[in-house]
Amino acid sequence: MSTPLPTSGAVPYAVQMHDIVKRFPGGVVANDGITFDVRQGEIHALLGENGAGKSTLMNILFGIHAPDQGDIRIGGRLVEFSSPREAVEAGLGMVHQHFMLIPRFTVTENVILGSEGNTTMLDREDAARRVGELARQYGLDVDPHARLGDLPVGTQQRVEILRALYQGSRVLILDEPTALLTPQEVEDLYGVLRRLRDDGGTIIFITHKLREIAAISDRVTVIRQGKTVGTRITAETTPAELAELMVGREVVLRVDRKAGTPGETALTAENIRVTGHHVRTLLQIDRLELRRGEILGVCGVEGNGQTELIEVLSGIRHPDEGRITLAGQDVTRANPNVFRHHGLSYIPEDRHRRGLVLDFPLWENTLLGNTWHEPFVSGGRVNRGRTRQITAQLMDEFDVRAPNPDVSARTLSGGNQQKLIIAREMQREPDVLLAVQPTRGLDVGAIEFVHRQIIEARDRGKAVLVLSFELDEVLDLSDRLIVLYRGQIVGDFMNGEVSRTELGLLMGGRAANE
Amino acid sequence: MSSPPATSRNMIVLNVLGPILAVLAALAVGAVIMLISGHDPITAYVALVDGSLNSKRAITETLIYTAPLILGGLAFAIAYRASLFNIGIEGQLVMGGLAAGIVGAWDLGLPTALHLPLALLAAAAAGGLWGAIPGALRAFTGAHEVITTIMLNYLAYRTVNYTIQKLGDWLPVDNQFQATNRAMDTARLPIVLDGTRLHSGILIAIACAILLWYVLFRTVFGYKVRTVGLSLGAAQYAGISWRGVFVAAMLLSGLLAGLAGAGEALGLHGRHFANPPGYGFTAIAVGLVGRNHPLAIIPSALLFGALSAGAPAMQSDADVSKEIVLVLQGLVILAVAAFAAANRIPGLRKLATPRMSSGRI
Repeated sequence: MSTPLPTSGAVPYAVQMHDIVKRFPGGVVANDGITFDVRQGEIHALLGENGAGKSTLMNILFGIHAPDQGDIRIGGRLVEFSSPREAVEAGLGMVHQHFMLIPRFTVTENVILGSEGNTTMLDREDAARRVGELARQYGLDVDPHARLGDLPVGTQQRVEILRALYQGSRVLILDEPTALLTPQEVEDLYGVLRRLRDDGGTIIFITHKLREIAAISDRVTVIRQGKTVGTRITAETTPAELAELMVGREVVLRVDRKAGTPGETALTAENIRVTGHHVRTLLQIDRLELRRGEILGVCGVEGNGQTELIEVLSGIRHPDEGRITLAGQDVTRANPNVFRHHGLSYIPEDRHRRGLVLDFPLWENTLLGNTWHEPFVSGGRVNRGRTRQITAQLMDEFDVRAPNPDVSARTLSGGNQQKLIIAREMQREPDVLLAVQPTRGLDVGAIEFVHRQIIEARDRGKAVLVLSFELDEVLDLSDRLIVLYRGQIVGDFMNGEVSRTELGLLMGGRAANE
Repeated sequence: MSSPPATSRNMIVLNVLGPILAVLAALAVGAVIMLISGHDPITAYVALVDGSLNSKRAITETLIYTAPLILGGLAFAIAYRASLFNIGIEGQLVMGGLAAGIVGAWDLGLPTALHLPLALLAAAAAGGLWGAIPGALRAFTGAHEVITTIMLNYLAYRTVNYTIQKLGDWLPVDNQFQATNRAMDTARLPIVLDGTRLHSGILIAIACAILLWYVLFRTVFGYKVRTVGLSLGAAQYAGISWRGVFVAAMLLSGLLAGLAGAGEALGLHGRHFANPPGYGFTAIAVGLVGRNHPLAIIPSALLFGALSAGAPAMQSDADVSKEIVLVLQGLVILAVAAFAAANRIPGLRKLATPRMSSGRI
């Protein structure tokens, strides 16, 4: 059901996908009659929650999957791609979320990869010159001779865009392109995309972030549970309407949060140093305090010491130097369960690899991290009945939707899995809560729930640390902010003291006043 | 994404019926192979049943084979539950047998109530040590247990040979016999059924299966083993010392294998022979067919025990080569594996999701 637009007919369509159906083995219907039309020369956002069918639709467009039903037209001509190569030949280009580039190759080598032709000898100089020209033409500031692995992530993404353009793409598909970028890099990307559009290029921008829709798109199509629920002109819609379309009900977009009332210090980390292989310093922290009644947000681009920080603060990894004090006790070299004993709870970044054992039933997952105390265990025995009972209570209290505590964690949706973890970590009534990427991959409804839990924990006087790669999430939740860059704290502010721009600069390694 | 939760009834049906169907399929394929090689499969299978089930003697022979296979299967299972692949059961078994044989043959002037437990303890310790070494190597150096357990198998064979051939001056071993000396009566496992060779090794094996089931599914230690086996990341998160679990699981694995060796030495033969029996490798199949569940390993071991016990009859009655039994064993493993794989195909999985982790069959 695509909404007819007042200007329709004036501008030809670049891409038309009609009534696309795709079923996967096992009966999952990823696309259930999606219609999606993109005009030439527009930036068209494709909005939907995780699992709504966005990626499947794009993989169909790009020739990776064949649709079970429906037809695709490129520039008005009916096409049937059997491989991505045919899609590229028809003028489509894909910029993947995780770049398909070779770090050891130069920019030029990466750009011409796949379109080198059948010649035995490669004229590198000629290729580099052409790549350089193309880059200048679109304002993509890249050195053709630089080694890709030495470039920042934002620049690597430009190389992906450049490659698509080099291959002659007139329709560019970007899959969640801002996931790994700093706010400044996002702005730069927007600039590049606008210039491409103004030159007559067509851009499909896949995202689940409402903020990006308003910032960059001309039109937006929303899909939900494999179906198109509407197409809107961006200027004529509101984030609230889009959120409602995306989720299927009214959504509270703003996190309702009063200022925290910081109390005594619950956890202190001093002079922490973690070194990796080749004596590289991964984490170097002079002092970090978590205070009761306060949410500390950790900002930073992925890979700047976040993993190490959390592992050290939760006892999974012992720092090479330094001291961690929890509830007045030195726990620096203690087992994670000693941290728990002294009041720490930890919502880990990866539900599937850390937070749960997917093949265990729910009640055995409740046991995870609780094998050191009653009533879960006594005398080396697992209290199965009691643990089941507690699990059932938690499921009730935290709205974990599952038939009973005996089903395996694997059968739950991501949101319910996360709720189970939160329930388990909250039931110990911790003094300190580490929430790492607490809403990754969750739908809007579940995100609301998780955010409310975190704020309520703070209001009950717990010290909370929130680490997320979604800057908006950190800004929405935190009372205080720190910025991690190359394993060091390069900024420490009260939330609101600094602008997004300043934070973005710090996240990219530049001082705020530069 | 969500598959409907299986009711426990059709789960039991599939977990019990599945392997039975797999075995029948394997026997059918085996029949075809026998037809092709010019033998009468019906005569052969009748002989197989005669030799393994059809008389008191046949049944006791099956049980005699079954005892070490249960213990070996349990040894494989406990390691596997910790995600370790113990191929060294054979080596651990012969080390246990050697220790039991030596202690059993030693005239210590002890009563049965002390001598027999001491001999069993020696076997458990020797097997446990032989298992703990690769466990510790994996935990602390990362050396893969598949490699180190195979290496330790050869070390075990040579150690047994050396002890029997060269250490006759100090230890009760017999170079002529290629075995340890005859065990004292005070160290022999009592016969369960008069007039047969059936010794109490089978009772020890069943007791161990029940005990291991309890440890794995009722104790905190078992929970930790299973957590390490399914997710190292979750184990670290839960503060479980996975290194400790690796060593402990391999130690237990070797201990059970050592007891299997002791059963042969103190029960069946009355001495430990230098020639390795090969149960340690069949045990891998027993563990896999029993899906590494301690209780399911009992019927699995019975199956392989019956195949072994019936083999000589097949050879004599149907003129089928004894190797055909090895082929049948291979087919059973393939069929059970195929069944397990079919379980992973989404359409078939709807019927049942195995929930072995919660301790049910």
